[in-house]
Amino acid sequence: MVGLSHYLILGSLLFAISVVGIFLNRKNVIILLMAIELMLLAVNLNFIAFSHYLNDIAGQVFVFFILTVAAAESAIGLAILVVLFRNLRTINVDDLDSLKG
Amino acid sequence: MENIRYDLITALPEIILLGMAMLVLITDLFLKQSNRIAIYGLSQLGLLLAAYFTVTTHVPSVGYAFTGAFVDDAMSDVLKLMIYVGTSLIFVYTRQYIQLRNMFRGEFYALVLFSVVGMMIMVSGQSMLTLYVGLELLSLSLYALVALDRDNHFATEAAMKYFVLGALASGMLLYGMSMIYGMTGSLNISDINHVLMNGSGIHAVLVLGLVFIVAGLAFKLGAVPFQMWVPDVYEGSPTAVTMLISSVPKLAAFAFVIRLLAQSLQTMAIDWQQMLLIMAVLSIVLGNVTAIAQTNLKRMLAYSTISHVGFVLLGLMSASGNGYISALFYIASYVVMTLAGFGIILLLSRKGFEAQNLSDLKGLNQRSPWVAFLMLIVMFSMAGIPPTLGFYAKFAVLQAALQAGFLWVVVFAVLMAVIGAFYYLRVIKLMYFDEPEDNSPITAPFDMRVILSMNALALLAIGIMPQGLMTICFYAISRSLS
Repeated sequence: MVGLSHYLILGSLLFAISVVGIFLNRKNVIILLMAIELMLLAVNLNFIAFSHYLNDIAGQVFVFFILTVAAAESAIGLAILVVLFRNLRTINVDDLDSLKG
Repeated sequence: MENIRYDLITALPEIILLGMAMLVLITDLFLKQSNRIAIYGLSQLGLLLAAYFTVTTHVPSVGYAFTGAFVDDAMSDVLKLMIYVGTSLIFVYTRQYIQLRNMFRGEFYALVLFSVVGMMIMVSGQSMLTLYVGLELLSLSLYALVALDRDNHFATEAAMKYFVLGALASGMLLYGMSMIYGMTGSLNISDINHVLMNGSGIHAVLVLGLVFIVAGLAFKLGAVPFQMWVPDVYEGSPTAVTMLISSVPKLAAFAFVIRLLAQSLQTMAIDWQQMLLIMAVLSIVLGNVTAIAQTNLKRMLAYSTISHVGFVLLGLMSASGNGYISALFYIASYVVMTLAGFGIILLLSRKGFEAQNLSDLKGLNQRSPWVAFLMLIVMFSMAGIPPTLGFYAKFAVLQAALQAGFLWVVVFAVLMAVIGAFYYLRVIKLMYFDEPEDNSPITAPFDMRVILSMNALALLAIGIMPQGLMTICFYAISRSLS
């Protein structure tokens, strides 16, 4: 029997993977964007699991909002990525180091 | 029917400003470059109308709309009015700067207005859902604004960093919200409070959710240990956008913290007090010490912001009515100071030249004694030297922390403020005792000069008579938090 805690553990694992992905990734900005998506999906999983077990619809409504915002967020992220590539000719995370002090 | 009517009237300022932002976008399509100034007028008109309806629909009681997801109380109205005034000043100060840099387009004004709508929703959010949506509307507009100067590779790099860390912060905040939702079964701020009052929910899970929420909030406020994006974004963005990022969104973030921590998680005050205390002390130390080593003016102001956020957290950390009032007073004074400070930086910039290094201020007194005097007031105020506003703001926060029994923290914060005074006074030394490196005349539109002067002099005037602002802050907090 799959219970609430299983979903929560899966959610926390996905969340941890995405946070590690953001901090350890030194190669490609696109992987950062993927990690961010994964993070939001982990949260969605949490909300849906809670919503089901609490018998409360509000959590599922929240998920729809998160999905929509995530779409807008990736649109802006990719737009910034395109501008970045036009200016720097690279999307390597290590090359984003001109701002220091 | 009556309900819908009430809902719409409660959200009227937001609706008007949203409509104006869209009108700006559409009007922009039909205007020639020489007529673009109309967009500026429309944006200011939108803010004015929103302010008018915020004032006329104001009632001292608390009103809930949209099935309790949206609230209209004294705090939301006061903060909204402050946001309108701040944004209006930003429009005045940045007009010439963006005209000279080919950014005077409808997008700039529309995005700023969208971000203002986001801030207003954050200020009025009474459900975690509304708070989140408002926050994202604000953040997404700001990411786009930072990258608006498309050919500037510093700006695009700053935008990327801001975007990734901002999205990470939102993710953390959401994870925390999901935990709180799971334990309380509600997204509504006051319902969560009621459920927690009854003592239900597993404490460990609630604390886990709280940690993530506080981390997300700290990211957005720019408090240590989540401050790494602040200096880069401040330095990389066009100064007009830096001015926006550093000022009014902090008012919305303050409301966000109050709604989440003080209103919904009030019963867990003991837990979040410790977290805020650590972040406040670290922010004050790191902000003040690192700022000394900076040669870039915008970077220095970024570290100065971090230390100011530390003081605001110190007020919030007291978790008492007095603490919240003093924190609101501090954040309002901070916005006035920052607007004046960045206004002067914008004043010194001209076509093809960005005033952003400390050396650009050398000998300002010989170039323009009046501008140097205004900068002197701003720096005194940021350092917290009486009789300026900054002194009174620090005094109020420290007094509240003292009443809450944090004697040693207060002593430490005062010591750090003294260290911080060094780099503010260094600016004054550069302006008054060094020889100017370039002698080009300072040109600015008349309205900007007048309003900037009034802005800086207000620091002195409110510093001498702080009762007015204090009464407003007291009214806002005491009417909204029972």
